[in-house]
Amino acid sequence: MSGLESVAGIDIGSRSIELVVFEGTRQIRQMKVPTTYDPLAQCEKLLDGMRVGRVVATGYGRKLFIESLRGIEVSAITEIQAYALGARYLFPEVRTVLDIGGQDTKVILLAPHGRVAKFEMNDRCAAGTGKFLEFMATALQIPLEAFGEFALRSDKRIQINSMCTVFAESEATSLMARGERAENIAMGLHLAIVQRTVGMLRRVGMEPPLVFAGGVAHNPCAGKVLEEQLNISLIIPDHPDMVGAIGAALHGMAGAKERGTRCDRKS
Amino acid sequence: MKEFERAGERSLLSLVEHKEAGGKVAGVYCLFAPTELVRAAGAIPVSLCGKKEAPISAAEKTLPPNLCPLIKSSYGYAVTDTCPYFGASDFILGETTCDGKKKMFELMGRIKPLHLMHLPFDADGGQALAFWVQEMIRLKGFLEEQTGRSVEVRELNRQIKLQNEVRKLLWQISRFSRAETVPLSGLDMMTVMETKSSCSDLEAYAVLLRQLIKELEERCAAGVAVHRRGAPRILFTGCPVGTGSEKVLQLIEECGGVIVSMENCTGIKGQDLLVEEDTADPLQALARRYLRIPCSCMTPNEERLNLIRGLVEDYRVQGVVDLTWQCCHTYNVESFVVREFIETRHGLPSLHIETDYSSSDTEQLRTRIEAFLELIA
Ligand code: SF4
Ligand code: SF4
Repeated sequence: MSGLESVAGIDIGSRSIELVVFEGTRQIRQMKVPTTYDPLAQCEKLLDGMRVGRVVATGYGRKLFIESLRGIEVSAITEIQAYALGARYLFPEVRTVLDIGGQDTKVILLAPHGRVAKFEMNDRCAAGTGKFLEFMATALQIPLEAFGEFALRSDKRIQINSMCTVFAESEATSLMARGERAENIAMGLHLAIVQRTVGMLRRVGMEPPLVFAGGVAHNPCAGKVLEEQLNISLIIPDHPDMVGAIGAALHGMAGAKERGTRCDRKS
Repeated sequence: MKEFERAGERSLLSLVEHKEAGGKVAGVYCLFAPTELVRAAGAIPVSLCGKKEAPISAAEKTLPPNLCPLIKSSYGYAVTDTCPYFGASDFILGETTCDGKKKMFELMGRIKPLHLMHLPFDADGGQALAFWVQEMIRLKGFLEEQTGRSVEVRELNRQIKLQNEVRKLLWQISRFSRAETVPLSGLDMMTVMETKSSCSDLEAYAVLLRQLIKELEERCAAGVAVHRRGAPRILFTGCPVGTGSEKVLQLIEECGGVIVSMENCTGIKGQDLLVEEDTADPLQALARRYLRIPCSCMTPNEERLNLIRGLVEDYRVQGVVDLTWQCCHTYNVESFVVREFIETRHGLPSLHIETDYSSSDTEQLRTRIEAFLELIA
């Protein structure tokens, strides 16, 4: 066992939980499990048997998590800060971070020196998020993992006008009833979420280079259509869904420590 | 502070006494209702603005779900008869501030006698003031008919003075938050302000306010703060909030920000505007003052930006949170101008939030608010 202290970052999202562990400045571990209906049990499983000096949590479950954990130093930061830190660590030149996750889409603009300058996040509606794609993949009976590839086989661009998940499903159904190819409908659905994302990027005043992170970055169609519409090339990390956990861990490392946390404060 | 929290019950009791003695109670919904005139006619004005989620589903039987929660909640209280203040009201004063409200008032008029004040939509136009004076006169007629008492110039001037006094005290209280250590939280400030709109006796309320001022002076001298050191200083603006609809306010303070000023209607908007005292034509004076309220239903509404500018500078604000209730078109559209003003003119970050009274988006809001505070810290 080395004398270096290890720090874990844990990103408790709506669909999956990611964990990374750093020892000194070296990342020694990375894991991912589904969130399930019992995120705390999943977190415990992830941390089981691990010797970490400190844990920094981010994502939806961050508050629940730090309230439940005892006997270990825990704190929390928002996903906005976590993705900003993580993306900058992986790609120091990044200026804009796009994170499309299971329930949220976030766009973060970094100042040249790396701090968060501005951000946008979707409101309560899941339109334009991973949830939308998941829902639609199920409606078209395509496994989510294959949905992007499937959409790339389209031969025509059709416009899906509804951004509401429920209405978009009925729109897709009526397109199918008209004999439209499922591949083309899938492409239309990807276009719809990308258009919404592009709007958010414009609102924060996007600057390249743009890092595309979060679960939806795995989807090849989303990336391709985004590049087309923005007319720039995207940086997609090898493990786009790990960026938040990495950022959280980095926050816990020496120097960042005193900045502490807000949501652990009892009101 | 406890006095203010208990004030609600006490004021209900005194409303009952007032009614037993033959007095009337007027239900009002908005800052544009000239309460001096109501009191001068011998009626007690109480604010009925719906701030709670509970009666909304009942309102949605009649009103479209796609409507501002404030309107739905107000109407819901009326139809379910669950608001004691609504129950105590003998008549209702409405105003044509926004489309949703004015059409809702038509329906509410079926339940209680309702007088609608028509509002001009610009404060400066030459015709606007003359028109609004006419509306004051029309309201005076309605009030006199309802209460059976005529409005005397002397009494109206007395009420004007009394209201001004209260406004000055509230203004003074809010100014304590300019200090480095803020002695009153935004939530407490809201409670203090809210008490005004339901109190029956303004003089007693003024006494309470003076007590609070003493208390705050002591707190300040002792360096007592309601926040931790270095907490981001936030200006809150946008739609009205109150007990029941304070979720965004609460989140800001829970996440570690300190609300140094509330610009909205339930906050300081209009408290700095006084009515000219001792004039021969107090209705004119009232009309001039009430027309200047910087509500987003006015166009143009530059006064709101002026008010915001003053607050940002005076209170050394570090970030602005602008709240819009879902489907409030005037505040929602105006949020663009507010944001632009805050970001380019003052170089400060701003956060616009659109939500309703439900708690379904609390966690999402928490993330956005926390991230916003992280950005300032
Ligand atoms: S925001 Fe405007 S319409 Fe609403 S209560 Fe205030 S003054 Fe009246
Ligand atoms: S918040 Fe907006 S929509 Fe609701 S009543 Fe007030 S002005 Fe009308």
